[in-house]
Amino acid sequence: MSTWIAGALLLAGGAFMVVAALGVVRLPDLFCRMQAAAKTGTAGAGLLLLGTAVYFEDMQVATRALSVVAFLFLTAPVAAHLLARAGYSLGVPLFETRTDELRERFGRGAQVPGGTPSLDAPARPPPLEVKEPPARPDT
Amino acid sequence: MSVPVSPAFTLVLEVTLGLLTLSLGLVFVRLVRGPTAPDRVMALDMMGGLTIGMTAVYSVYTHEPHLLRVAAGIALISFLGTVAVARYLERTRGR
Repeated sequence: MSTWIAGALLLAGGAFMVVAALGVVRLPDLFCRMQAAAKTGTAGAGLLLLGTAVYFEDMQVATRALSVVAFLFLTAPVAAHLLARAGYSLGVPLFETRTDELRERFGRGAQVPGGTPSLDAPARPPPLEVKEPPARPDT
Repeated sequence: MSVPVSPAFTLVLEVTLGLLTLSLGLVFVRLVRGPTAPDRVMALDMMGGLTIGMTAVYSVYTHEPHLLRVAAGIALISFLGTVAVARYLERTRGR
């Protein structure tokens, strides 16, 4: 019986992964794609590991699988946040964005209304709080 | 380890592995094509997640629960790599 529950969980995880990969390929800009990769991808991996934990019917194995799930659920948002922050401050083009409230703080390149900024927009103001030391501090 | 496995369950596992392989190919398209560096990093992170899932399914396929340690290792390394590259991109602003 638990074999079939595990099979259902594994199939659901595989389906989630396919949806996430489709989103990564098809969505229009970096931030939409990152949403597909971070949320759907983590859910898919979590379901696959949960199916493994159910299949083995062993507390040791289940604990190991669930600790990997917990680690994924803790780290995937952090990684996605850091990457989105890096992408935004690099000036990655946004898809059909009307309101961009971070623009004053982060300082992107000049954005034409109705258009998307290009990656090599000139005259980018200095970034927010990333303090660039003039030389390497202590190496 | 001498668990009798029905052929239908083996088929389920093979279909799941096929789905994961398909996703890996799709994400690889984004890795090759992705116009900016954060796109590629995101695709690599996603490939790390897919590899964790494949390792889990393969551990069921071969009745080898020790393979889950490999999944834990891949999770750690993938997270560290993504964070490192994201910090690097933000510091150097892509140059």
